[in-house]
Amino acid sequence: MTIEIEEIGNGVCRASVTGEMTIYHAAAMKETLLPCVARCREVEINLSGVAEMDTAGFQILLLAKREASAAGKSLRLVAHSPATLEVLDLFGMASYFGDPVVISA
Amino acid sequence: MDKDMEQALQTFLVESRELLQAMEVALLDLESDPNNKDAIAAVFRAAHTIKGSAGLFGLDAIVAFAHVAENLLEKVRSGNIAITGDLIAVLLLAGDHIGALVDQTVERRGEADAPTLLAGEALARRLRAFLTHSAMPMEHESILQSSGGGPVGRDSWHISLRFGHDVLKDGMDPLSFIRYLGTLGKIVSIVTLPDAMPPLADMDAECCYLGFEIEFKSDADKTTIEKVFEFVRDECNLRILPPHSRLEEFIRLINELPEDNTRLGEILTNSGVVTPQERDNMLLCQSMRAATMESEQHDAPTVPPLGEILVQEGMVQKELVDAALEKQKQAREHKAQESKYLRVHADKLDELINLVGELVIIGASAGLQAKRLRNRALLETTSTLARLVDEIRDGTLKLRMVQIGETFNRFNRVVRDVGRELGKEIGLEIGGGETELDKSVVEKIGDPLMHLVRNAMDHGIESAELRLSRGKPAKGTVRLNACHESGSIVIEVSDDGGGLKREKILAKALEKGLISANQTLSDREVYALIFEAGFSTAEAVTNISGRGVGMDVVRSNIEALRGTVEIDSREAVGTTIRIRLPLTLAIIDGFMMGVGNAIYIAPLDMVMECRQLTPAERQDTRGHNYIDLRGSVLPFIRLREHFHCQGKLGKRENVVVVQYAGQKAGLVVDELMGEFQTVIKPLGKIFGHLKGISGSTILGSGEVALILDVPALIQSLISAEC
Repeated sequence: MTIEIEEIGNGVCRASVTGEMTIYHAAAMKETLLPCVARCREVEINLSGVAEMDTAGFQILLLAKREASAAGKSLRLVAHSPATLEVLDLFGMASYFGDPVVISA
Repeated sequence: MDKDMEQALQTFLVESRELLQAMEVALLDLESDPNNKDAIAAVFRAAHTIKGSAGLFGLDAIVAFAHVAENLLEKVRSGNIAITGDLIAVLLLAGDHIGALVDQTVERRGEADAPTLLAGEALARRLRAFLTHSAMPMEHESILQSSGGGPVGRDSWHISLRFGHDVLKDGMDPLSFIRYLGTLGKIVSIVTLPDAMPPLADMDAECCYLGFEIEFKSDADKTTIEKVFEFVRDECNLRILPPHSRLEEFIRLINELPEDNTRLGEILTNSGVVTPQERDNMLLCQSMRAATMESEQHDAPTVPPLGEILVQEGMVQKELVDAALEKQKQAREHKAQESKYLRVHADKLDELINLVGELVIIGASAGLQAKRLRNRALLETTSTLARLVDEIRDGTLKLRMVQIGETFNRFNRVVRDVGRELGKEIGLEIGGGETELDKSVVEKIGDPLMHLVRNAMDHGIESAELRLSRGKPAKGTVRLNACHESGSIVIEVSDDGGGLKREKILAKALEKGLISANQTLSDREVYALIFEAGFSTAEAVTNISGRGVGMDVVRSNIEALRGTVEIDSREAVGTTIRIRLPLTLAIIDGFMMGVGNAIYIAPLDMVMECRQLTPAERQDTRGHNYIDLRGSVLPFIRLREHFHCQGKLGKRENVVVVQYAGQKAGLVVDELMGEFQTVIKPLGKIFGHLKGISGSTILGSGEVALILDVPALIQSLISAEC
């Protein structure tokens, strides 16, 4: 799993995750993403490269969203890959994140 | 793949093999006793557990197939489908198929190949055919009667799930359970509750903090739904409310859950289980109940068992309580089993045995030093040490010992299948299953045994008509037997069939040029000819045996284990093939003998007695090589001559009487040096052609001693006599 973080200034930050968002990388993910949420005003996480996601990976997104909301910041998930969509769907959590989801035909 | 995952998969592999083995045994039991409830349960358990574990690894092909088998078995277990020979045959095939899938997807890390999948589909169709043919219509469970409170909600189940923190670390993912639940019915709505997630700093990324409230529509019964979560049962908080549950139950649910009551009420309303009005009623009732509960606690006369209360309240169905009790019992038994066995990697054992080998050598060296120093205290210590080392050695070697019974039991299936294929009725008898031998030997003996058993069934056992005309029962018998005999294990494969035809073998051997026409051979030598490469007297080549490949492979396999094989046979009565193998391949008790400057060791188990050669006998035996041992002839070998030893002749000569496979022989040596723990070190390849030496060992003094290959020496004596 790799996370690329690009701060485009003005407190806006774009992270894109590729590979497996699984328990094996959950701790690393927490360490990379959460400081990003703390630092920035607006965070956008690109999920297009996520090949696999399990509950641990999902929890990190949940945590990031919670922290962001608590601090009145915005956190968006964009370009969901099929693997992430499936998880959001199974957990019935698409609306919690409230991001527009593009369903591929 | 990650290392932990790898290990988990390995465990899955081992467990599924064991389960499939258990399933096979149970199915064979069922064949003889269709009413054996335990066996039915064992078969079901195997299919069910494999399905569950495979689901956790996302091995969909296995899950899909095992699911079909499980459905059928469920009906069999409840008595809706009768157990027939056909059913068992299909189930046996289903077990094989699951085994093949496990091999292909786990062991070889690939996808199941197309032919296997096709075969699987065909099998699944056959399994389903049994399901549809079971004419008994399944009665739908009557809707639970409600009393008081009135039924609320709709026709869906309500499942409350709170996962324990450690489920993820234990390799279980709530996702897979929900995914699997989805295969049993329709998830109407699901609410994920992350409330248990602690503040950022305390949140462990590898812990699970999630809870779920699920509305689930399905025809499955409560047990089935509960079984979805069987693997996390101990680690999660699970509550299942049947459709049309009473208001009270929802109140209880809300009370018991950790989250805020009002919030839960809202979730229930949102998912459509209860109407807002009902919700308000509930919250009201709930506070009243809490008040009455407190007063009740003070004067409770008799307290019925928890299970009973639950049933009375309509909270759980009766069979569910029974199932739970049964499960607890199983869990206890399982725990007891677990404490009895410990899985250890074979490499660790081998390492330990190597170390013990070194310990034995260095112990002998210490003993020698002590003797040289003549320090009495030291001598005493080293002798105690030697005894302890002895025990450690025995104990360590015993760790590797396994009973041969398990290997034998596998042949039940082989005999059954091959018997059907050949159209012969053949039974298998097993004896001495508790005989123990080294694990590495057990692993390597399976193939040769398989060959011998198939051979016995194909060529040995005659057709039913012929058997009846010979006055034998129509059903043939193959026997597998094992026992210990002077330091080796003897495994016999016998049949009560037609026996070997001496004349036919001789004729064939002549034709192949294996023997010359004027040779006279003993029966055993004639029979031994069938172990020559390319030898087959079968008139017809069947797909089971008869191609003449194999018997020579059997012999070379057994010889590679330092074993021997021999045949006893009587025409029209039967054949017995006897395999002799050394008990262990690493350390033996040896008997040391000196010849000139060299030291030789014979396995102590083979040494019968020792005696000095009298001067008269020494004079007498110059010309020939046998002596009179209490009236019987004892052939012997002078090791000095046999190995062309240098060094001056000793004053005395001793004869060591050794025995192997019922044959006695004498070894004439100069000096008897007594017992010695011998760590067998294999000889290099250059010495491969050496006859009469099987290995070497290092003595305490650092000298090298050669280990005698007693069977080969005896053999050479016998052939020299002919």
